[in-house]
Amino acid sequence: MSQALAGILFIGSLLVALVVTHRPLGDYLYRVYTGTRHLAAERVFYRLAGVQPDAEQRWSVYARSVLAFSAVSILFLYAFQRLQDRLLLSLGFPPVPGHIAWNTAVSFVTNTNWQAYSGESTMGHLVQMAGLAVQNFVSAAVGMAVAIALVRGLARNRTENLGNFWVDLVRGTVRVLLPIAFVGAIVLVASGVIQNLSGVHEVATLAGGTQGVTGGPVASQEIIKELGNNGGGFYNTNSAHPFENPNGWTNWFQIFAILVLPFAMPRAFGRMVGDRRQGYAIAAVMGVLALASVVVLTALEVAHHGTVPQAVGAALEGKDVRFGVANSGTFAAATTLTSTGAVDSFHDSFTALGGMVTMVNMMLGEVAPGGVGAGLYGMLVLAVITVFVAGLMVGRTPEYLGKKIGSREIKLASLYFLTTPALVLFGTALAMGSAEQRASMLNGGPHGLSEVLYAFTSASNNNGSAFAGLTVNTPWYDTVLGLCMAFGRFLPIIFVLGLAGSLARQAPVPASAGTLPTHRPQFVGMVVGVTVILVALTFLPALALGPLAEGIL
Amino acid sequence: MERLPSWMRRHLAALRVLLILTVVTGAVYPLVITGIAQGLFSGKAGGSLLQKDGKDVGSSLVGQSFAGADGAPVRKYFQSRPSAAGYDMSATAASNLGPEDVVDTLPVPGAKDAEGGPDTGKQSLLTQVCARSRDIGALEGVSGARPYCTADGVGAVLKVFPAVGAPVRAVSVNQACPAAPFVAGYQGVKVECGKPGEDYAKGRTVTVRGTATAAVPADAVTASGSGLDPDISIAYADLQAARVARERGITPAQVRTLIRDNTTGRALGFMGEPAVNVLRLNLALDRLRG
Repeated sequence: MSQALAGILFIGSLLVALVVTHRPLGDYLYRVYTGTRHLAAERVFYRLAGVQPDAEQRWSVYARSVLAFSAVSILFLYAFQRLQDRLLLSLGFPPVPGHIAWNTAVSFVTNTNWQAYSGESTMGHLVQMAGLAVQNFVSAAVGMAVAIALVRGLARNRTENLGNFWVDLVRGTVRVLLPIAFVGAIVLVASGVIQNLSGVHEVATLAGGTQGVTGGPVASQEIIKELGNNGGGFYNTNSAHPFENPNGWTNWFQIFAILVLPFAMPRAFGRMVGDRRQGYAIAAVMGVLALASVVVLTALEVAHHGTVPQAVGAALEGKDVRFGVANSGTFAAATTLTSTGAVDSFHDSFTALGGMVTMVNMMLGEVAPGGVGAGLYGMLVLAVITVFVAGLMVGRTPEYLGKKIGSREIKLASLYFLTTPALVLFGTALAMGSAEQRASMLNGGPHGLSEVLYAFTSASNNNGSAFAGLTVNTPWYDTVLGLCMAFGRFLPIIFVLGLAGSLARQAPVPASAGTLPTHRPQFVGMVVGVTVILVALTFLPALALGPLAEGIL
Repeated sequence: MERLPSWMRRHLAALRVLLILTVVTGAVYPLVITGIAQGLFSGKAGGSLLQKDGKDVGSSLVGQSFAGADGAPVRKYFQSRPSAAGYDMSATAASNLGPEDVVDTLPVPGAKDAEGGPDTGKQSLLTQVCARSRDIGALEGVSGARPYCTADGVGAVLKVFPAVGAPVRAVSVNQACPAAPFVAGYQGVKVECGKPGEDYAKGRTVTVRGTATAAVPADAVTASGSGLDPDISIAYADLQAARVARERGITPAQVRTLIRDNTTGRALGFMGEPAVNVLRLNLALDRLRG
């Protein structure tokens, strides 16, 4: 079979698998978040935690609960890393330095999983398993909870109530993520991913050298890293490492795990607002953008434009033989379209334009299909902006799903949209304005700017992948990128919940002849257009100085 | 408890929720998975280790270096791909060098680097590719030439001055003086060799493709993503077969059979790329002799 045909089948089979799973999984999500019964184990949980599972929360209480949980999580994870040498399974590693511990704590709690450290030489097994991996579960569950709260805002009328954050958090973790991760982890182990608690095992190699074979509970962490769109690798080279991703099949399975929940969320949304077609329209927007990006990125990598790739004869630098160029490109697209940030190949060494696509994917705001939960709420905000733009054009009050998009709603949606570009562009400008921070760039010329732009794009959009040439484990980058991750996560969440609150309060507007239908291809096309145009207007100048300059000159 | 302010009650609830979830997802879940993994798939869960004469020699999933203590390839073994990590599992890494990383920093004779050793300069990705191609060509007895590479194995790159307009000066920046530049002239200007320590950053970069075609395969001249790539392409294995057969005094046909035995195709026919596992192949060769 030719490489091209294999690459097309690879993408096609992922598409088929997602189409098959989105329906049962979306329906399951719908039942999880709308069900009124608590499992017996959950009731015990709520009693131990001292929360009232049946108390509904207004938006401000819901938001404060999200923030309280995240703040406590950051402190807990910070302390955990600082004390790791006194705990079990530390493998003899010293406490994580303060600035790296702060950066890592924020990174994992915000679902970013930017890594300023190298896993195999910094983190003991206990911190990985009971610190970092726990946040892989709960930060994803927080994202889903916020998305569901926004959907409730659209679905409910004349109420202050958006549900209960603790219930949404616990159900997302225990009923959705945990069972899928459990099955997925076993699949990965059966396919060769390691799962043990050993330290380093020294062996004598054939040629007479030595190699320290590392151990760790990798499979259990690997699956939730992809499923929860976290992306923080157990090892430094992430999903390129053969113990995390041993063969072509596990590579496919990991891409599938990355995409499965984000593409099921729109179905749950459609059912919650009582019109499945609305869910399909949102899924179609995500699907159009995602498929275009996957195909373009894969094709650019296979075409291997650029001096070094031409000298080599393939864009193979930073890629492993067992995955090959095409599948590595597909992985790179999937990981940057969602907020995952795991990598099976190194984006810094991609072709200039291929690398640019990974950046553009993140600049879309992580909406196609975006992070678990975060993708859905991001896309719904874009839908709100789209009906507003369309309303301006025809001179009517815009409405979405029977809710008026008035001044308060559009202000919140605009603030949501402006947060990350502001962080990305100001952050990049700040770094480029200082000789000391510029010295962290590995590559010179436009590619150096790409490294810095990528770092701030990735952190502010909570992706976590990197143009890894940039030396980021300095106090300055750790602190500033940590702030970008925190603001890039929690400001949008506050705006989304505020929007949810103001939508829920409204009485529904009956649909009339002048209502813009939001389930037709026309609307899908408009949302795609708004997304692409907003991104292009915001980031084109920066991209022109970095990857575009490198790829075209 | 009830008398505490509500924000404090909320944070205490958050802490308790976090602790319970930590027990569930951070202890029970990974330990149960570890138990099942060790029970059902102990070999795989332990790292797919391979043995020779009863001793562990590595993992079938993880590449290793087949160079001797002096850094030169051990000629009776198939060689792995270049690695930015030197196949060290405690420091896995990729090179992270970009596609237009083509200009070297030439070592200045007599100067010291940051650690006080002799200055080694910095090779661009292009020169690394060219040098590997040259060395592998020499080792396997084929041409090591490549597009964009000079015959002496560095990147064929000119810096032309001024950056805009008709050239008045051209330097082959990766060829340290007194090397003869790979081209004599560029648009009527004589090409100079590169002087270590001189800053050519202001010039326009011109890469020269040349007419060479590569005999050494792509995976042989590029560093992997993991730094631990266990595999090489079938083309690179075929290239090495003649040398290995000669060194071991066996027939090329025997070597080719072993290459075939240690090649995995695409999973389900379309996932990934065909690959030859180097450690398994070398172990099979060693067993053949024993």
